[in-house]
Amino acid sequence: MQLSRDQLRAAYQRMCLIRNFEDSLHEEFSAGNIPGFVHLYAGEEASGVGVCMHLDDRDAIASTHRGHGHCIAKGCDPRAMMLEIFGKKDGLCGGKGGSMHIADLSKGMMGANGIVGGGPPLVCGAALTAKTLKTGGVAIAFVGDGASNQGTTFESYNLAKVWNLPAVFVVEDNRYAESTASAWSVGGNQVDRAKGFGMPAQEVDGHDFFAVWEAARQAIERARAGEGPSLLHVKLNRYYGHFEGDAITYKGEGEIEQVKTEKDALMLFKQRVTETKLLDSEELTVIEEEAKAAIADCLASAKAGALPTEADLMTDVYVDYKF
Amino acid sequence: MPMKSFRQAINEALRQEMERDQRVVIMGEDIAGGLGAPGEDDAWGGPLGVTKGLMPQFGRNRVLDTPITESAFIGCAAGAAATGLRPVAELMFVDFMGVCFDQIFNQAAKFRYMFGGRAVTPMVVRTMYGAGFRAASQHSQCLYPVFTHIPGLKVAIPSNAYEAKGLLAQSIRDDDPVIFFEHKVMYDDEVDVPDEPYTIPFGEANVTREGDDVTIIAFGRMVNFANQAADSLAASGISCTVVDPRTTSPLDKETILETASETGRVVVIDEAHPRCNMATDVSALICENCFGDLKAPIKQVTGPHAPVPFSPALEDLYVPGVPKIEAAVREIMGKGH
Ligand SMILES: Cc1ncc(C[n+]2csc(CCOP(=O)(O)OP(=O)(O)O)c2C)c(N)n1
Repeated sequence: MQLSRDQLRAAYQRMCLIRNFEDSLHEEFSAGNIPGFVHLYAGEEASGVGVCMHLDDRDAIASTHRGHGHCIAKGCDPRAMMLEIFGKKDGLCGGKGGSMHIADLSKGMMGANGIVGGGPPLVCGAALTAKTLKTGGVAIAFVGDGASNQGTTFESYNLAKVWNLPAVFVVEDNRYAESTASAWSVGGNQVDRAKGFGMPAQEVDGHDFFAVWEAARQAIERARAGEGPSLLHVKLNRYYGHFEGDAITYKGEGEIEQVKTEKDALMLFKQRVTETKLLDSEELTVIEEEAKAAIADCLASAKAGALPTEADLMTDVYVDYKF
Repeated sequence: MPMKSFRQAINEALRQEMERDQRVVIMGEDIAGGLGAPGEDDAWGGPLGVTKGLMPQFGRNRVLDTPITESAFIGCAAGAAATGLRPVAELMFVDFMGVCFDQIFNQAAKFRYMFGGRAVTPMVVRTMYGAGFRAASQHSQCLYPVFTHIPGLKVAIPSNAYEAKGLLAQSIRDDDPVIFFEHKVMYDDEVDVPDEPYTIPFGEANVTREGDDVTIIAFGRMVNFANQAADSLAASGISCTVVDPRTTSPLDKETILETASETGRVVVIDEAHPRCNMATDVSALICENCFGDLKAPIKQVTGPHAPVPFSPALEDLYVPGVPKIEAAVREIMGKGH
């Protein structure tokens, strides 16, 4: 299978949007402009984008607390996302959700999640809907290495398998859950765990967009064809702390820098497409600059946006309820 | 007496109880941190640094970092408690009770009764609660009324660092399962805290202000707001009694009823949602037992019947603050106030 030039451009554009989005949030948080818990996805772009390139609005994803990248990859509007993270009224969730609960069901984005392991059961539900209503859709759960140890995750593997659901579990193993290494916390390994539930599974280099794209293609085609769930163990790295404000003292010296210089996802993508002459470096530079400008523009909107008011506090609790 | 923060007071109680009793172990996610990682050991000490320094002193056999698997490790604490250890498990945010509640309310809470009094379950679940941290709907709730509802569980809600140290030591020495609530915005708040170990008994309310006009009953962080309101109201001639029940289970009914009867005007402050919370519980208790002494209907000041919103603009409206408490007191005093 080959990606068209348009698809490649779209993939690079999304990865650049995510990188710029996260880098600018990092700066804004340091400057004290963003409240609450913010978990950044920089470094992991190839995973979200490599998977979501195969999806359309029929398909659903459930994300994690580290959700901005999945949102952008699934087609959420970065401006509305930025407004949300700044707690503004015109945010994607009206300012009520914030970074950890950013969602857009109209795009099949079922939400970032404040509960580790909250997503996999929801994805079984989205897959059940797709199967029951015969939409042709699939559902993807992004699962951190830490979340891979939750009971809800294992139960979802089993449910998806025994109900033969069109689901894919994407375990994004960035080597740490907070300060704890997955090398310590995960008993056995992700691929063998999946096999224990009778699911096909493979390990993927998550810095390599093309590797993720190809593995996801197989898993998603399988699911669409009614052949049931599978799992991808995507190995990658996060560039920033667990959340903004984390001093990252648990990582080794030079650990992040080494990844950045040797296997940065954007860098590898660029090398690959220019070496194979699929895209030239000028058009990539244009994409980079456009992404940068687009995110700067989103940021300006977010800063200028209006705050919600008292009238918003009690709306949306129910569809219908007499107080 | 030295000033200590809420964070230090909790750390000190854990340290002193672990020194006193070898059976006390603590467990939770990243309560030391850095496990299996190439960098610093004890890298976190919990997400807000509350347990920092305990692992270097007591070692990894007594300070147990866990995978993210609350159902298993909270249940593990219950099982260990029933068989001879005295575990203190950290449920990072009380909102995560959803992941592990069975092990708390069907297992730990019920052992003693179901087994005909032949079991003890000396476990503590330390957990963060409360809004004001911009932590949004799944990291900001005040779920202590849910635990208070369950027979077999004890529930402590310290209102400052002094209370926290004494109540945590008592929680650890107590033979029943205790859910210990720490408000996440209070960790840096300092008061005088003795260096030596001490306990504060459960079910004995603390009367923090004595007055003639209105009785304010408040829980956890809200006690501080109630004190502030009482002090500022005193300046305009309204004198308030403030009651900090300290534990919602057991509940010091006597002090609540006595102080309610004395003033005849009661305002209850509870950060939790307004339905089936501590404010409704205490109000019912007072109505049932000293209705005749009341000079005005009881007032409740609580969070609204809505999830906690993310946007600071909304969250600030959400949390019951000093002005709302003062307004409720003035209202219950009637015209001229
Ligand atoms: C049920 C639950 N337990 C604990 C937490 C606190 N917490 C938030 S993120 C996190 C680490 C998650 O690690 P992982 O799944 O590997 O995702 P990563 O942060 O590495 O992307 C923890 C422990 C939570 N939000 N929910």
